[in-house]
Amino acid sequence: MSNTTSTTSEIGEFEQEDVSPETHKRGRIVQAVFWVVLLGFLAVAPFFLYPVFVMQLLCFALFAAAFNLLIGFTGLLSFGHAAFFGGAAYVAGHVLKVWGFPPILGIIAGTLAAAAMGWVVGSLAIRRQGIYFAMITLALAQIVYFFALQMPFTGGEDGLQGIPRGNLLGIFNLSDPITMYYFVAAVFIVGFLAIYRIVHSPFGQVLQAIRENEPRALSLGYNVDRFKLLAFVLSAGLAGLAGSTKALVFQFASLTDAHWQMSGEVILMTLLGGMGTIFGPVVGAFIVVTLQHFLSGIGSWVQVVIGGTFIACVLLFRRGIVGEIARLLRISSL
Amino acid sequence: MDPMIRLILAQGMLGLNNGVFYAMLSLGLAVIFGLLNVVNFAHGALYMLGAFLALILYSYVGQWIGMADLHIGFWPALILAPILVACFGMLIERFLLRRLYKLDPIYSLLLTFGITLVLQGLFINFFNASGTPYPGMPESMKGVTNLGFMMFPKYRLFVIVFSIVVCFVTWFVIERTRIGARLRAGTENPELVKAFGINVPLMVMLTFGFGTGLAGLAGVLAAPIYSVSPLMGANLIIVIFAVVVIGGMGSIAGAVITGFSLGLIEGVTKVFYAPAANTVIFLLMVIVLLVRPSGLFGRQG
Repeated sequence: MSNTTSTTSEIGEFEQEDVSPETHKRGRIVQAVFWVVLLGFLAVAPFFLYPVFVMQLLCFALFAAAFNLLIGFTGLLSFGHAAFFGGAAYVAGHVLKVWGFPPILGIIAGTLAAAAMGWVVGSLAIRRQGIYFAMITLALAQIVYFFALQMPFTGGEDGLQGIPRGNLLGIFNLSDPITMYYFVAAVFIVGFLAIYRIVHSPFGQVLQAIRENEPRALSLGYNVDRFKLLAFVLSAGLAGLAGSTKALVFQFASLTDAHWQMSGEVILMTLLGGMGTIFGPVVGAFIVVTLQHFLSGIGSWVQVVIGGTFIACVLLFRRGIVGEIARLLRISSL
Repeated sequence: MDPMIRLILAQGMLGLNNGVFYAMLSLGLAVIFGLLNVVNFAHGALYMLGAFLALILYSYVGQWIGMADLHIGFWPALILAPILVACFGMLIERFLLRRLYKLDPIYSLLLTFGITLVLQGLFINFFNASGTPYPGMPESMKGVTNLGFMMFPKYRLFVIVFSIVVCFVTWFVIERTRIGARLRAGTENPELVKAFGINVPLMVMLTFGFGTGLAGLAGVLAAPIYSVSPLMGANLIIVIFAVVVIGGMGSIAGAVITGFSLGLIEGVTKVFYAPAANTVIFLLMVIVLLVRPSGLFGRQG
């Protein structure tokens, strides 16, 4: 209620962690179950689901997981992540279509471009804290959106169409849906493991310390701004990885992916699945994308449903699905 | 007069006209943020709601109650619509936002974002996404006046003058009256103000209602100028956020001055390099962040 910035962050409402050996063991088992289910799903999904749909799920899951690196593990709310997701799609599309580069290089170019954008946006946004951080990222992302709308190489309102999938390493023809699917699954696993690794590294521990209590992390001698910036760059780059891959899957980069509403959707995916959990964003992305898929017949009512879910999550369900599961099983991280 | 200066003055006047909406909306955001520490994302949607209420009062209410000839015009709408928006705002505060005060302010930002999506989606469903012109412009406001350097629509001139008055009154009430003093005290130390027997939760609710009412008022003023569309607020709110980052939300006068000046700057930019007019406010925000991160009127901290 007061104007002073609170020193402790309540994002995710973390409780005192119970670290008895028994809890620890239970945590490992549940985590292993999640891994098995996820990898099993990845292996067999294209045989009973439409491959393009599963690829879409994976791109958004990676996008949400990248976003979660900031909100869930560093405590920074970026309201502009669509700029990295959509911006990377344009860069990858341009490199693939106009320059005729192979798919891997296209994806790398998109990822690097998003990381570079993340460096610019991040170094501006970390100059302010809390709620201002969100507003600044939103405004900066709007510059990227207008840029995408007005520049000649993006195709304006039509988007960048007819991006070729090409051959992977000159051997695998990515026009084949199943080949393409396993390539996307591999990209997803690489990105997801990278996030897992970052979170569990000493670097990730410092990020979580900043989330829990920034002044204390500062007083312990950590250069908080550098950690925040690096987290931002990593998150933007991984969001770019997801965006470039999506451009390759749909052979299309569009304004929708760079719009602020997309930034909102990725927040919802993360919030619904569970901020600050490893698997939450994946679960959240699966649910939101599936929902949109099945509700596409009711037009703009989808927006009402999405908005309503947002309100419900914020009011009643702030731990998210995976966060609630972790709480019920009384394990500290999932 | 030199044609270049004439052009700059003319675009400046049109820019000032947009500045009206920047000023009124960032004023409302600042008032709400000051007392509640909440950034109301739904401010743009409530501005849209105000414009739609003006449209509905003119074109639909008559049909609904079986009197097809009844058109509730602009002047009654200028009073009715903001009150209705304020009541809606107070309901949001009382039943939704109030549950989140103990949490990080990003949750209230996300809640109001959800409300934005719901409102926007509903209006796209019931009206056209592309927008409807407001037919209720009063006769007395039609036509133009000669400003010496350009012919300026009477109505737009009225909007500029009217909103300056509204902003001044708001500033006066908050900074110079007893009610304002209580409000500012509530901002500094709600517990202490409560101890003096002032009903702080009620004050918070009324403040939120007042801030959202200002958004509704801006919406009614905007209806005859721009076409009334469900997306009119969404694009505006992002610009308003940039305005607020530039000005800093700490000061009422700061919000108003920043709003008007940025509208002016945006208008003049159109003369020199039209494609940059969309982004000039965001670019100014970048410069302010580099030079004075706490904002032009913000408290250093």
